[in-house]
Amino acid sequence: MPEDNQNITQILKVLEDRDTNVTVEDPLENYMVLNMGPQHPATHGVLRLLVKLDGETVVDCIPELGYLHRGYEKIAEASTYMEFIPHTDRLDYISPIANNVAYALAVEKIAGVEAPLRAQYIRVIGAELARISSHLMAIGAMAMDVGAMTVFLWAFREREKLYDVFDLLTGVRFTTSYTRIGGVAQDLTDETIEAIKKFLDEFPANLNDISRMLNRNRIFLDRTVGVGAIDSQSAIDIGFTGPNLRACGVEYDLRAFSPYLVYDQLSFDVITEKNGDCFDRYMVRMKEMLESVKITRQALEKIPTGPTKADLPKKVLPQKERVYTRMEELIHDFVIVNDGVHPDPGDVYVATEGSKGELGFYIISDGSGHPWRLKIRSPSFCSLQALPMLLKGQMISDVVAIIGSIDPIMGEADK
Amino acid sequence: MKEKIEQKLRAAFGEAVMSIDEFKGQVNVDVKRDRIVDVCRLLKEDPDLGFNYLSDVCGADMLNFDDISARKAYLAIEHESRPEQVPTDERFLVVYQLTSLKNKERVRLKVRVDGDNPVCPSVTSVYPAANWPEREAFDMLGIVFEGHPDMRRMYMPEEYEYYPLRKDFPLMGVPGSIPLPRK
Repeated sequence: MPEDNQNITQILKVLEDRDTNVTVEDPLENYMVLNMGPQHPATHGVLRLLVKLDGETVVDCIPELGYLHRGYEKIAEASTYMEFIPHTDRLDYISPIANNVAYALAVEKIAGVEAPLRAQYIRVIGAELARISSHLMAIGAMAMDVGAMTVFLWAFREREKLYDVFDLLTGVRFTTSYTRIGGVAQDLTDETIEAIKKFLDEFPANLNDISRMLNRNRIFLDRTVGVGAIDSQSAIDIGFTGPNLRACGVEYDLRAFSPYLVYDQLSFDVITEKNGDCFDRYMVRMKEMLESVKITRQALEKIPTGPTKADLPKKVLPQKERVYTRMEELIHDFVIVNDGVHPDPGDVYVATEGSKGELGFYIISDGSGHPWRLKIRSPSFCSLQALPMLLKGQMISDVVAIIGSIDPIMGEADK
Repeated sequence: MKEKIEQKLRAAFGEAVMSIDEFKGQVNVDVKRDRIVDVCRLLKEDPDLGFNYLSDVCGADMLNFDDISARKAYLAIEHESRPEQVPTDERFLVVYQLTSLKNKERVRLKVRVDGDNPVCPSVTSVYPAANWPEREAFDMLGIVFEGHPDMRRMYMPEEYEYYPLRKDFPLMGVPGSIPLPRK
């Protein structure tokens, strides 16, 4: 194995130099190295794979990351806790609200702030709708990778409706920046509640259309069942997380594992499957979307009235209308925006169940307004790590199906 | 949970486990650098503890963490204002987030690494999931993990000569450090 790695590193160097030609004496006695990406449409963003092939069988694979590396952890060290919220949108850009919530929870934990109950329910609703949006993207893109274009369009039709809901909820469609430390930016209006209810009423039937299209589809089954299978022990060892890990039969869902927000007051099932192949990863996502519908319905029923931001003038931004009319709130707003929240010196790791898996923020604070170190534990990064293991021994045409089924988002993997 | 971890680790490693404390309900364990692999193995394989899932490995530069006035000189924004010499004693911190899927518990291990010879044993033999996070810590901070199967950079180009997350690396970057692609 080390020799192979060395060879592939040499070949990597040669490939980067476009003026060099590689000549081999007998092509049939050599492995072929195929460079997929970073601009390959089936690699979901800028993932680059170097695949070593024996005929059509994958012998080895080296993923190359970093094409979307923007240095967010360095940026975080130079910005206040509040200033970093818009950057979290751009991590997993398919489900920005879930990232906003995860980051806000981490900062609140170290700053000793708790959001009011209504804000917690709104966050649950936002995060679950983001999960539906993300899973729709995952199954749509995966189905398209194995040749089912229609499903992709149907999934995007539903996502379009969700974006309209996000527009009503947060004021923007895509990069939401919705949470604030100690609450959320705006309250949930009656109009938004109606829009969410309308979506929840229509969505299960539309999802059922997708199920009927795929679940017993011979081509889809041939491309996914038994492809890219991984057993539960290897999945835990390699750091698989989220729907990918639950597809192997491991019941690890942080919403139930260590309930945060109000998840302990809502009833839902943790979906698991047994085989850990592409089809099971698809099934987990399909079923989880229905669970998310269930959670959102309950949250809409149980949501109490009240404030959406905690009343802690030194740590939480005051309501905007009071800033414009009152002196004291204006001063607090100025101090928080410029100097930031000052949490206790120390460190916390807060993990939430993002739509891709365990999304954790590790914050080391020195007591100033900036984080000393902010580490993002991104689920896509940890899932991609298993890619060489999943690909070995598979056919070249299955590579796209496997990448699609583990659902990586490069914005998150590259930070 | 803290008592149980403390008791088991003290019995097996004595002084190598330097301190165990709790902050905001999360357990921190400071471990001597040379014993980290053994501590991880015990935490993973002990049937009562069962920390079988490694959530994350994180490196951090703790340069002048306690001294706010001295710190300002190193937080350079521009390349020209970078200091020549920086203190190296126990400069880096490597943090391991372990999760027990069985007991639904978490624990955090911390290891100090010197700045002039930033070497830390790799835990990939115990937790294969540490592979990429350790490569990331090497890429961002220059901490070399001994015994790692594939110690290459994770994000930056292989020939890049700086470590961006070090505190003496300027926020604006170093001009000309990444060559532009040829035409």
